[in-house]
Amino acid sequence: MDPAAGHGTAPDDVLARVHREEHSRLLATLVRRFGDLDLAEDAASEAMEAALRTWPERGVPATPLAWLTTAATRSALDRVRRDAIAARRLAALHVQEGSPAAPSAEAGALAGPDLGDGEDLPDERLAMLMGCCHPAIAPADRIALMLRFVGSLTTAEAAQALLLPVPTLQARITRAKKRIAGAHIPLGVPADPAERERRMPLVLRAISLVFTEGYAATSGDAPIRRELTGEAIRLARIVQRLSGGAAEPAGLLALLLLTDARSPARTDEDGVPIPLEDQDRARWDREAIGEGLALVERAAAMPDAGRYSIQASIAALHAQAARFEETDWPQIVVLYDLLLARGDDPVVRMNRAIAVGRARGPAEGLALLEQLAEEPELRAHSPFHAALALFREETAQHGRAVEDWTRALELGGSEGERRFLERRRDAARARA
Amino acid sequence: MKYVLLLMGNLADERCGETEEGPGVEEFIAFDAELEKAGVLAGGFGLTDPEEATSVTRADREAEAVVTAGPFAESREFVGGTIVLDVPGLDEALAWAAKCPGAIGGRVEVRPMLEL
Repeated sequence: MDPAAGHGTAPDDVLARVHREEHSRLLATLVRRFGDLDLAEDAASEAMEAALRTWPERGVPATPLAWLTTAATRSALDRVRRDAIAARRLAALHVQEGSPAAPSAEAGALAGPDLGDGEDLPDERLAMLMGCCHPAIAPADRIALMLRFVGSLTTAEAAQALLLPVPTLQARITRAKKRIAGAHIPLGVPADPAERERRMPLVLRAISLVFTEGYAATSGDAPIRRELTGEAIRLARIVQRLSGGAAEPAGLLALLLLTDARSPARTDEDGVPIPLEDQDRARWDREAIGEGLALVERAAAMPDAGRYSIQASIAALHAQAARFEETDWPQIVVLYDLLLARGDDPVVRMNRAIAVGRARGPAEGLALLEQLAEEPELRAHSPFHAALALFREETAQHGRAVEDWTRALELGGSEGERRFLERRRDAARARA
Repeated sequence: MKYVLLLMGNLADERCGETEEGPGVEEFIAFDAELEKAGVLAGGFGLTDPEEATSVTRADREAEAVVTAGPFAESREFVGGTIVLDVPGLDEALAWAAKCPGAIGGRVEVRPMLEL
């Protein structure tokens, strides 16, 4: 392959893309094969290093993921052979070079000229997700593992998503890794459907957190990290397929699709967010909306419909409104009430207050928001102060709105979000 | 993989011992037979009451051994017996532990055997 053939085919570009899009899949395959997270991580990074060395010289292989999987498997086998205990375990796992689970680079090359995202390699990520929820792993450690190993979040991002200090998260991951290796906790999809069902809520939560991290992007300059939102949707799809028609997996997939459908209209060319009311709805992804609406229609009608199905129903009402003014706000308020009936959550109460403000006027919405002002979770939540600012502007309290925008700005966000808040603050200041 | 089932009892638990609610000896014998039949039994032993224990400890390498009557004073939990299983993985070990009569009103701790 000619490295100069064009943008995106140079070894570095391909490697970066594979790393971004397929690293979790490579990792999951290795974990399933060797049952050891540390070994899998080391082998995966060794394979990446080998690719950096050899691809520029010999060209990019036809199926990079298959190449990396083979290289990583070899490097893991080398390590294991140097270690007598691991070797004995390996014998028990029946892992061999050239076993069907470890396709050679040649076999991979025959599968097609794509990135290796085809069906030629089994996708082990679901097995990893389900495995991370094994009851022998401490409950607090399960979601940390999922975010880190399947969701491809860094330790810092996973800590952020779970609102935990980084050292705490690091300690949980280390502890869980040790348990998995020491007790040989099997990381796989349980054969018992009841056990699969027990693990499902946590699996769905992890996927939803990965999506949120990608959609809100707490790190980096891009307001949306497409590799994370894309990964979350892929995982949700796999889970939904396996779930045998349960409501919540379908609800979550619908929620992610309907939310993600708005992303083309969600920021301007400078990456500055555009609020829902100002978005060009023609730019919403109609295909994703169609798929999401079909899913939510079925999910919401099922007796086991829960949080995700309700949230998807709210997203569906937004998707169905041709213009912001046509949004069915009274129905959205009802859905938020349903959501609150399933458990109190200050952020849901905030969203309900905003919907009430749209349904019955900004003064009512503002009154509800003001009642929430002492909630610790909301005081540190930038969108809460932005919502206060909006309703204060709409009720002609421009001086207070400037204070709210300033507070929202102090609480941070991505580069683009900060620029949006600055603009709104300055506009409010001009009116004050 | 070899796992050890530690059959734990608790001194504070009244039901532990020869009450009618707790599992009887025949149940343990039947469980052993089941393990044998499944080909997963790799050893194990039962223990007498913890009051019959004698503890020996040395504070450090140079210290004299101190012998005391009874188990470690502060511990209310004791090991009543062990079963060694040879099974493919943790899930199988956990499934056997759930069937173990010692789990009824007691606790079965499943520990992977250290491979040396």
